[in-house]
Amino acid sequence: MNAGGTRLAVDSATGLQIELAVAGPGARSFAFILDWHIRLLLAIAWWLASSLAVTGSMGGIPDESNAGEFFGLVVVLPAVAIYLLYHPLLEVFMHGRTPGKRIAGVRIATRNGLTPGVGALLIRNVFRLIDGLPGFYGVGLASTVITADHVRLGDLAAGTLLLYERSDGRSGRQDFVTELATTQLDPQLAELIDDLLARWKKLQPPVRVQLAQKLLLRVDPAATSSEDSRQLQEQLRNYLSPGS
Amino acid sequence: MTTGDAALKTWLSRRTADWRRLSTLSIRLGRRRATTPGEALEIIDGYHATAHDLSLARRLMPQSRTHGSLEALYTRLHAVLHQAPRRLGSDLLRLLRDEIPEAVWALRLHLLWVTGLFMLSAGAGWWLVATYPELIGLFASEEMIDTVERGQLWTDGLLNIFPSSVLSVGILANNISVTLLAFTAGALFGLGTFYVIGLNGLMLGGIFAFTAQHGLDDGLLRFIIAHGPVELSVICLAGAAGAGLGEALARPGEATRREAFQVASARIGRLLVLCTLLLVICGFIEGYISPVTDYPMAARITIGAGFWLVMIGALTGDLFGRRRAGSTAQPANQAVDAAT
Repeated sequence: MNAGGTRLAVDSATGLQIELAVAGPGARSFAFILDWHIRLLLAIAWWLASSLAVTGSMGGIPDESNAGEFFGLVVVLPAVAIYLLYHPLLEVFMHGRTPGKRIAGVRIATRNGLTPGVGALLIRNVFRLIDGLPGFYGVGLASTVITADHVRLGDLAAGTLLLYERSDGRSGRQDFVTELATTQLDPQLAELIDDLLARWKKLQPPVRVQLAQKLLLRVDPAATSSEDSRQLQEQLRNYLSPGS
Repeated sequence: MTTGDAALKTWLSRRTADWRRLSTLSIRLGRRRATTPGEALEIIDGYHATAHDLSLARRLMPQSRTHGSLEALYTRLHAVLHQAPRRLGSDLLRLLRDEIPEAVWALRLHLLWVTGLFMLSAGAGWWLVATYPELIGLFASEEMIDTVERGQLWTDGLLNIFPSSVLSVGILANNISVTLLAFTAGALFGLGTFYVIGLNGLMLGGIFAFTAQHGLDDGLLRFIIAHGPVELSVICLAGAAGAGLGEALARPGEATRREAFQVASARIGRLLVLCTLLLVICGFIEGYISPVTDYPMAARITIGAGFWLVMIGALTGDLFGRRRAGSTAQPANQAVDAAT
């Protein structure tokens, strides 16, 4: 979340200024922990599966030199590569994102809010060696706490920072722009439905049923309204995000 | 709200179809899916129109979700339109042929100093262990010392313990870590780099002196001659890069330290791509050739010298077809200015 957090102001070509929400140490740590688990599990999964396929067991390196050679190339090398190259390769091919960053709703960007180039992404990753010192990303974490834009040394070197995918820094519900792009509703009506769905659980059941029925009548005056809260919620969602 | 504002709000609500179209187009272009020139032009026109809509929405309905969605749409259009094109093949060729040689040229003085420091440290390590043999405990593990004292090198029979592939992976991972550390430690105003280079030099000299005391220095030289020249050169290159980084921080000139650090990292850091590639090859030579006793010394020297010449060709850009034609001085000077 970044309600009232650090913002990055970017001047656009038309003269309008765009404000983007900068991710803080919490979102960064969340993304990193997710990614660390994913890459570790992937490397272990590769090791176990390929070891089983090569040797018939999930044990260590076989004694016979030929088998050991094959084991090294098929089991050890790819497992090490998965673990070490996870961040640099995925960040390059997913345009500044990784699975962990996607889940945490953040992306790597330049100070203009754009996706960094390959060189900047690689430099950022090289500095993990220093950011990782003396253990558990001590230097990197301290740096994200004390710097204004919550950046680690690697980001300073590469001229990058982590931004929330959504400009308001919120996570959770689908972005309204995506809903607006898919729905055929009038934007003001879509906005009312979106607001009602956002506050659904906080409203008393009779109130939300009443509001939902009113809105559904505006969408389709000929439609018959249900009295069931869950069904109404589902109907509203379908109007807002058809096919979801 | 005035009548004019209400009219503008109604007009805004009629723009939804255009926003939907732009949103779909920008998502497609953002994912680098093929778009026609007409669609690309449509996005450019749409970008200006959305800027107009957004400024209206900011004034008329600042708290609305429509405003939020327009902010997001405009940000996406901005990102899609300003994104630099990515041409992996030509970018890689330019990096290897022009940018890396320019970075090397910019770092020539640093390279000289770091190589001097490395050789001086190696000499100091040799002298220390030759004069005070008990100091080898600072540079070598107990197991290594015991092996040498039994008249064997720790590299003997390495392949009986690990297959070449596993050995190569371990070696190249370790070498790449040391090299990257030598560069990144430059962020400590260059002192970290000097520490890494000095320590590696001391270790090399100390261990050579120790093996010489037991008559095993020929064997050690035989082991390292095929991969060592490039491996040690790459460590010095990474050290020079780290020193350049440190100098940018210590003497940023007109720029702020942050800006100087960033510019130096971007320019000098390119060198690490080549360093890493060279170390991967070194790792395989060290795993597949160096420990195998069947290779005669002449073959090892040929491999070592040949690989070193290939490295020089790569560092000067000649290996990738760099054309000089009297134009090298200008970019090199620019690189020096940018790096410092």
